[in-house]
Amino acid sequence: MSGIERIEQVFRDLKRAESAAFMPYHAMGYPNRQASLEVIAALTEAGADLFEIGIPHSDPLADGPTIQSATYAALVGGTTVADCLQMVRELRAQGVGKPFCAMSYYNPILAYGEERFVADAAEAGIDGLIVPDLPPGESELLEPACRQAGLATIYLLAPTSTEERIQAVTRHATGFVYLVSVTGITGAREELPSDLLGFVKRVRRHTDLPLAVGFGISTGPQAAKVAEIVEGVIVGSALVKAAGSASGIAAVRTLAEELAVGSHTAVASDQKRQ
Amino acid sequence: MVLTTTSTSVNYRAVPDESGRFGPYGGKYVPETLMPALDELEEAYLQARDDGEFMAELAHLQHTYVGRPTPLTYARRLSERLGGAQIYLKREDLAHSGAHKINNALGQALLMKRKMGKTRIVAETGAGQHGVATATAAALLGIECVVYMGIVDMERQKPNVFRMQLLSTEVRSVDSGSQTLKDAINEAIRDWVTNVATTHYLLGSVLGPHPYPAMVRDFQSIIGCEAYSQMQDTAQGGPGRLPDVIVACVGGGSNAIGIFHPFLEEETVRLVGVEAGGHGIEGGAHAARFADPKLGRLGVLQGTKSYVLQDSDGQIALTHSISAGLDYASVGPEHAWLRDMGRSQYTYCTDAQTLKGFKALCELEGIIPALESAHAIGHVLELAPQMARDQVILVNLSGRGDKDLGTVMKTVGGER
Ligand SMILES: Cc1ncc(COP(=O)(O)O)c(C=O)c1O
Repeated sequence: MSGIERIEQVFRDLKRAESAAFMPYHAMGYPNRQASLEVIAALTEAGADLFEIGIPHSDPLADGPTIQSATYAALVGGTTVADCLQMVRELRAQGVGKPFCAMSYYNPILAYGEERFVADAAEAGIDGLIVPDLPPGESELLEPACRQAGLATIYLLAPTSTEERIQAVTRHATGFVYLVSVTGITGAREELPSDLLGFVKRVRRHTDLPLAVGFGISTGPQAAKVAEIVEGVIVGSALVKAAGSASGIAAVRTLAEELAVGSHTAVASDQKRQ
Repeated sequence: MVLTTTSTSVNYRAVPDESGRFGPYGGKYVPETLMPALDELEEAYLQARDDGEFMAELAHLQHTYVGRPTPLTYARRLSERLGGAQIYLKREDLAHSGAHKINNALGQALLMKRKMGKTRIVAETGAGQHGVATATAAALLGIECVVYMGIVDMERQKPNVFRMQLLSTEVRSVDSGSQTLKDAINEAIRDWVTNVATTHYLLGSVLGPHPYPAMVRDFQSIIGCEAYSQMQDTAQGGPGRLPDVIVACVGGGSNAIGIFHPFLEEETVRLVGVEAGGHGIEGGAHAARFADPKLGRLGVLQGTKSYVLQDSDGQIALTHSISAGLDYASVGPEHAWLRDMGRSQYTYCTDAQTLKGFKALCELEGIIPALESAHAIGHVLELAPQMARDQVILVNLSGRGDKDLGTVMKTVGGER
């Protein structure tokens, strides 16, 4: 099966169960190499359906303070792009089978060599790519390479996106579409935006792909609310913060279980079933 | 026999193309949230450029508020001392608020006020000159303004922090990463992404995603337009001819592109950009993107593809320069393109050579230059003696040095 097919499979299975996917992000190499592998294992046990594997970059301009400082610490700790792929291989060898989407910025991929990166990532066990500073128009080399390797190209849409942008982005997207719930950077927030449903509806008009919402989700009840209207719940900063806390893995496990329950038990609204 | 010169001339006005590319450089590498804002900015800018009323208002402010045209000064004693080419200075240090940065800041602030429905400006600053220029334009036009500045830069450019505050701008310190210009840009972009509905990002150099490199170039081209006419007119202090060489320092590259651009078609005029050589290329403690084959490679930083100082893993390198305004890991995409075309050349000036340029201009011409601009002078100290006395160098003196007295006192003062 290709990476795209593996991602599609996850969403198909969950749809049958009338459940949304719990999609945690973690910054590889944070708080250190070994602990980041343990975080992924704990998230798997807690019920993660798909992972965003954060490959650190020195200038993460779409990220808020939590992920910024975590990826910076990972870099200071010596984490490289090649080692992130090696960690993916090790996780696969340990039996972690859920889809992995690599999340990084364009420059580390450009420096690695776009085609070489895609080939090595696919071989290591990556199923899709998320590159927030590489919108479809600038992706002439990476996108065909991903298509050839069967990797999903996952693009972001924001509440500010115009109809034309939604159309252009969804035309290029495979796997799922990543909806940024607020105009802003990553980071846990108290409340979800009130106009989220309207945004989701606007995107649905243009695509049948599963939609996942991220940026700002930090609690089980929030996850449940999001799960009512889309197919995936992405959680980053809140889990990264837990991983860096004194109680570390235990805190990750507790929060992840709450988020997984929220994502999985939500009653799907009519909007989603339509 | 009649020799026909085969013209291989390039159309320098054809860049950027519609997608914001200068050959392989430039583009729009930004999070999706910002795409509509960039489109809106481009539309507003294109409209303003063709709007006679807008351009007239800007020209009026440039004349009555900024003090343009800035003079052209013949540097007689410096030229004599060096014994070679005759040196002329384009005096951007005399523009209101002390540097060329006001040309762009005022242009963009007026654009926001007249053409875009926004009420708030965010900006980054390194040397503090762009921050001061933006704060100045914001005060003049009654716009709320926030400037992000690395804490390392806040320390070395203290007077400018206070100036911005006096102009009722809020200065926010940035303590992430290298705590300098690059990190201030990251923070300004994050603010912009978050508040994009009300906020314009007033980027200070020919960097970032399209349309910034083209728009900032156009606002800065007034430097070269004035110099083009001044050089050819003895009544305006010029030598009555075009220069043989134009020299300008290159941080992001806005003062350089501003003075180069109107001369692009004059193929006899050599264009030389001077990057920050820091402690020298060898140890990597510099900001000379074109001079270090080990660290300076094609890359993407903060929205644009260009030469970027980076490690083999694509992580952005930490730069060093005695001048905060040149202390940046990337360079404007149009410079990378002009260099590929063979139209402009780039060299570097170390901190030590820069201080020699700084002192020479102080002692021989009674002008205290910004440390950024002193890089251009530092190069001229080496270049002019190699040229004939009937040749002419035009230097863009991009700013004045009041802000740098602390830094210079620490280094030069310590030697005395
Ligand atoms: C006086 C002066 N010159 C030059 C620069 C470098 O910028 P640019 O290369 O965009 O002209 C700065 C930046 O702060 C500056 O203050």
